[in-house]
Amino acid sequence: MSDLLLPPEHRYAKQIEERRNEDGSELSVLNLGPTHPATHGIFQNILLMDGERILDGEGTVGYIHRAFEKIAENRPFYQITPLTDRMNYCSAPINNMGWWMTLEKALDIEVPKRVQYLRVIIMELARIADHIICNSVLGVDTGALTGFLYVFQYREKIYEIYEEICGARLTTNMGRIGGFERDWSPAAFKKINEFLEEFPAIWTEFENLLTRNRIFMDRTINVGPISAEKAMSYGFTGPNLRAAGIDYDVRVITPYSSYEDFEFNVPVGKSGDTYDRFCVRNAEVWESLSIIRQALDKLPEGPYHANVPDYYLPPKEDVYNNMEALIYHFKIVMGEVPVPKTEVYHAVEGGNGELGFYLITDGSRTPYRLHFRRPCFIYYQAFNDMVRGQMLSDAIATLSSLNVIAGELDA
Amino acid sequence: MALETSVIQDKLTAKFGDNVTGFIQQKDIFSFEVASDSMNEVMRFLKEDDVLRFNFLTDICGVHYPDSEKERQFAVVYHMHNWMDNVRIRFKCFLNGDNPEIETATNLFLGANWQERETYDFYGIIFKGHPQLKRILNMDEMESFPMRKEFPLEDGGRTDKDDRFFGRTPDNANNNLK
Repeated sequence: MSDLLLPPEHRYAKQIEERRNEDGSELSVLNLGPTHPATHGIFQNILLMDGERILDGEGTVGYIHRAFEKIAENRPFYQITPLTDRMNYCSAPINNMGWWMTLEKALDIEVPKRVQYLRVIIMELARIADHIICNSVLGVDTGALTGFLYVFQYREKIYEIYEEICGARLTTNMGRIGGFERDWSPAAFKKINEFLEEFPAIWTEFENLLTRNRIFMDRTINVGPISAEKAMSYGFTGPNLRAAGIDYDVRVITPYSSYEDFEFNVPVGKSGDTYDRFCVRNAEVWESLSIIRQALDKLPEGPYHANVPDYYLPPKEDVYNNMEALIYHFKIVMGEVPVPKTEVYHAVEGGNGELGFYLITDGSRTPYRLHFRRPCFIYYQAFNDMVRGQMLSDAIATLSSLNVIAGELDA
Repeated sequence: MALETSVIQDKLTAKFGDNVTGFIQQKDIFSFEVASDSMNEVMRFLKEDDVLRFNFLTDICGVHYPDSEKERQFAVVYHMHNWMDNVRIRFKCFLNGDNPEIETATNLFLGANWQERETYDFYGIIFKGHPQLKRILNMDEMESFPMRKEFPLEDGGRTDKDDRFFGRTPDNANNNLK
């Protein structure tokens, strides 16, 4: 049996013994997690340490595995959206929209332009919220709490916008097949405009606090680097891949929801270290703001959902007064909607990279198989490779700059 | 020049013959089946060929088809992506229901490691040559493979809840009416 199949403690016990016999030095095993405050989520790293230096490590994940893929096989399609909320809960609307777009692809539903633009706005707001968390928490992990508290107000404002649109804040369960459950209120647009007005000054100030800060630079430059080839081989996507210098962005390479209508840059880094990841996310926030502005300027008039009575719940007053609407209402709620036998893969650019949905349907009310391609799960396996030979405190900074979200990691 | 799907099909058929079959365009993705024992060869060819250049392994996942014939009860599904020409492909390898075994892809893509562990964890599919094939999301002591279709989502003996009327159980006929 290969040594790697043993629990890491057992493996490391041998190495500790060998080193002791060799030169009398004392290696130690350290549990980083599962509930360490610096892991920002429940996952464990068992590290073999030589003093402050990491010799080897093994990640143990699955502490909050909730069997989403299994549950999805037993739920009608509209009941799966709340599951997607709980994967990357820092940018839940992106997951929701990704799931609806997957279904629309499977059902061949054409969505009105207005809906596509509204989706772009909400997805970019979610991306900003995601990047706010990642970058400000990176500050916290390197010892700068101020920036975190400062920008977190604005995550709150984004959550207020979500609230205005769908009623929920964190786990949004936003939208329907073919569009939104209601049109966006004037209050929502007002809040978005306020956010667009106030946030740039705040974000500039946040960048000024950290970007050229000597201490922050010393703590992050050349910390946890990964080369472009290795990142690609490990399946990195999103900001972490772009920080290594590859301009792969799902929004550009396979545009969905009318992303091709907007002008934006794809920021890339060079060395793939913690500092580059930080800078790429900072720059992406500016691009997201610009996309939201363009979408608001060009926002077409029109319906807020596609005309698909088979899948889209009718308005309540029709349900009470109109036989046909009542029938549709019941059929949708019971999950008895017509679904073709098909297979689709749809990917969106999530906060952390390519979030993919692979859906197999067999014509019944539930998916036959639904697989989530979760970017966190795929790139987190590189973590031990990235921190080997580094100091423990650098491992913490690397971990938080990778933005590993336990919910997405474990599904 | 964009990479045409016919070119992919011709190149694969020329090199692997009957081991690559069932070419079909499913929505926006070109798909085919690969015989399970030549999976590694095919993936290497897709990755390293100068024209095909499928440089990125997007996703690996398993599927269980308990109602199919014995030889096709499990499938491992691979999604690959050519970033230069922007072409995605999907291929499936069907495996035996009693003894699902396939070669690992970890020699070609480092990222296959955890994805194969996940597939093993949930379907019990053995990836030959994988450096560390053990459970990843479930606990090590677990004996069953929970994504197999025979594994129920909920304990069938529960009497306190009746989900028949809420669109939750796909197989309503098996729920005894009380």
